[in-house]
Parts: sequence; C-alpha cells; structure tokens
Amino acid sequence: MALLNELAKKKEGLVNGHRLCPGCTHSVIMRQVLAAADTDKYDIVVAAATGCFEVSSGLYPYTSWNIPWIHNAFENAASTISGVEAMYRLWKKKGRTDKDVRFIALASDGGTYDIGLQALSGAIERGHRFLYICNDNNAYQNTGNQRSSATPFGASTTTSPNGTVLQGKSQPKKDIMSVLEGHHMQYLAQASPSNWRDLMNKVKKALDVNGPTYLNVIEPCTTGWGFPQHKSIEIAQLAVDTCVWPLYEIEEGRVKINYKPKNKLPVEEYLKPQKRFAHLFKKGNEHLIEEFQKQTDRHWEWLLKREESGVSY
Amino acid sequence: MSEKLLNWDEVLIGGAIKDPGNSKSYETGSWRVERPVWNPESCIQCMFCWVYCPDSSILVDENGKMSGIDYDHCKGCGICVEQCPTKPKSLAMLLEADAKGKSEEDLRKEVFSK
Repeated sequence: MALLNELAKKKEGLVNGHRLCPGCTHSVIMRQVLAAADTDKYDIVVAAATGCFEVSSGLYPYTSWNIPWIHNAFENAASTISGVEAMYRLWKKKGRTDKDVRFIALASDGGTYDIGLQALSGAIERGHRFLYICNDNNAYQNTGNQRSSATPFGASTTTSPNGTVLQGKSQPKKDIMSVLEGHHMQYLAQASPSNWRDLMNKVKKALDVNGPTYLNVIEPCTTGWGFPQHKSIEIAQLAVDTCVWPLYEIEEGRVKINYKPKNKLPVEEYLKPQKRFAHLFKKGNEHLIEEFQKQTDRHWEWLLKREESGVSY
Repeated sequence: MSEKLLNWDEVLIGGAIKDPGNSKSYETGSWRVERPVWNPESCIQCMFCWVYCPDSSILVDENGKMSGIDYDHCKGCGICVEQCPTKPKSLAMLLEADAKGKSEEDLRKEVFSK
C-alpha cells in the first residue's frame, strides 16, 4: 500500500461541491475507495442506488463524479451494474474495446438490506464481476431517519421512536454478511472509514477478484444518529473498538478478523455520544444496554470461533 | 440556482451530464460556521486530514504534501482538527465571524501564537 502522500497526488474521482451534510462520511468512504483503486491499470464505472449520496452528488445539472456514473432507481444498483458489465464483456468479445474496466455498485443500507436485496442476490448469483459497496448508515437517512432492517437494536428513529410503550427498535439488526455469505461468493468484507488502510486493502483485493464481491462499510450519520459533525470518524472508531462493527473478511468461506481491539470497550462508549440511544441511559432501561452488549458479544464470539475453526467453503 | 436552466430539447437522453465533476463550480464554503486554520510549522504531513476530509478541501501540491485549505468548498465540519495527531494540533477551528476580513497569515498568528 502506497503512502498517503502518493495517493494524494492522484486525480480525485469524486470532487467537492456535493451537497452532503458537513461531516458526512459517505464521501470520505468513496474518496478512500477511489484512492485505493489502481486507476493507472483500469477504469472504474460506478452505479448508484437512490440514497443520500446519490441525491447529493448527482444534483442535476451538477455531478461530483469525475468517472462514469449511472443512477437508475432505488432497488436496482446491482442489476444496473450487471447490465453495464454484461455489455462491456460483449464489447470486449467483439473487439470494440480493449480497456480494462472494473465495476462498483454503490448503495446505502436501505438499498441493500431492504429494497435492493433481490437485485443484489440475483446479480451475485449470475456471477457478474463487480464490487458492491454498502454504506451502512443504519436507517433511511435520505428521507429523514426512518427505520430499516439495518437499524440496530434500541435505536430511536422516526418510525421506531422511543416513548412510554416502545424503547426504540425492538428487533436486532439484520446480519447481511451472513445472508450474502450464503451465495458462496469469493470475497466479502466489513470495513470502516476510520481504519482507512484496512478499507483500502479490502477494496484493492475485492476489485481484483473475477466475480461478485461485497464490502459493508459503516457510515456514521451526524443528523440521524445525533452527534456533533466533527465526531464522525471517532464514532466509526468506537464502533470498531466496541466490536459493534467488527472488521473482518470472508474469503471463500474462511473468516479472518482484521482488527482485534487490545481492550474491547463496553458498548456504552459507542452508545453514549449518540442521541438516538439517549433513552437507553434513562433509569429503568439498563436491561436494554445489557441486551445490546449481549447481542454484540454473541456476534463477536461467533466470529472468533469461526476464525479459529478455519473452515472454508 | 442563478444560471439558466436547459430547455427540454437541450437535455441529453437519460439526463446525462456532459461535464464530469462540474459540481466544483458550486461553492459549499458559504455553509461554514467555523473555519479550520492550518499551522504549517507544526504540521508533520501525515495527510490524515486529507484522507478523512469529506469535501476534498485539503489542498495538495505536486509532491503530495498539504499546501493549504480550500475555503471555497470546506463546510467546516472539523473532522480534520479532530483527527490531527500532532501535539499541539496543527489545525484549529475558529468562528467564521471572528475571521472576517483578516488574512490567513494574521489568523494563523492569532490562533497559534497563544
């Protein structure tokens, strides 16, 4: 991996002037992804699903993209990129192009966990060569923080509010990594923009795989999660250090944990700075934090056991 | 929007935009409440501010080193200040109202000479 000074010399694939909120990490993730891609060797084509990032980077007549970018609808980022990739393969076969092109589909959790799941599943099953990146901001933030299946347990959103009866979302978060692992793809990973070197390595690895790959990235949302805008990267780091968002990759079914925190922090450290979890700290709600910790530990220990067993598919 | 919009028969099929990266001409710097001020003397050129900047507002010279801040686009989120690893920090936030009409050099002296 090159030094940051080397990467900074590269032409930016995503330019400024987009209308994301100040402190939003969507663009941080995408800048890291495009910096990691070896654009001297190949070109990148991006398809985006509807979401915060799509509406703020492609606001007609402006575009923040310096690379080919296509938007279709909310649910079909994966099928759009499949079409583009299939046409590229045909062109290559017919000798209309000799360029090396790699494909990225971009969506947030709404477009991946819920609405885009069938399109994604289909595209993976057909075996198109593309990298699907999900910027997981834990809710439908574009329309104002509605609950999605990626919303964690206990989080308050406009459609799972906390009140006298309910205390935020009562269901746990969907484990999308396990869902997609069932497709037995060659490479899928989970990353965080706070650990940029790890994220860049994963992007590089995924783009070199000849087949579908998936990258799940945490995307702290200042407005929806309720924390000051300068804290975005810190929150992502806390999610990693508390093992709420473990950094791991699954290569041919073999789990590898890329980062094991030296001292695993209690989940309170991650929950405390965020307004959406403020009600968990009220008197009488201690059992909810315990439940959150239990869910986190269960997942982390399961991952550790899987890594230790070393089984592959 | 101040510029003239396209007529219906001038819009490309699929709403394609001919000019890639044209949002650069849209200046988001006016959103800023606080501005980051950079001190090149204590900066160690780790480029963490560059890798974490959401608005590509860390200016980079031909050697890949930080050379300043793009105040036309910086939204003033303050991530760069938070992530700056030097002690004391080489970046600091200053209220935009206090920075009005002062040159960058004066602001630097004001913020970092304390």
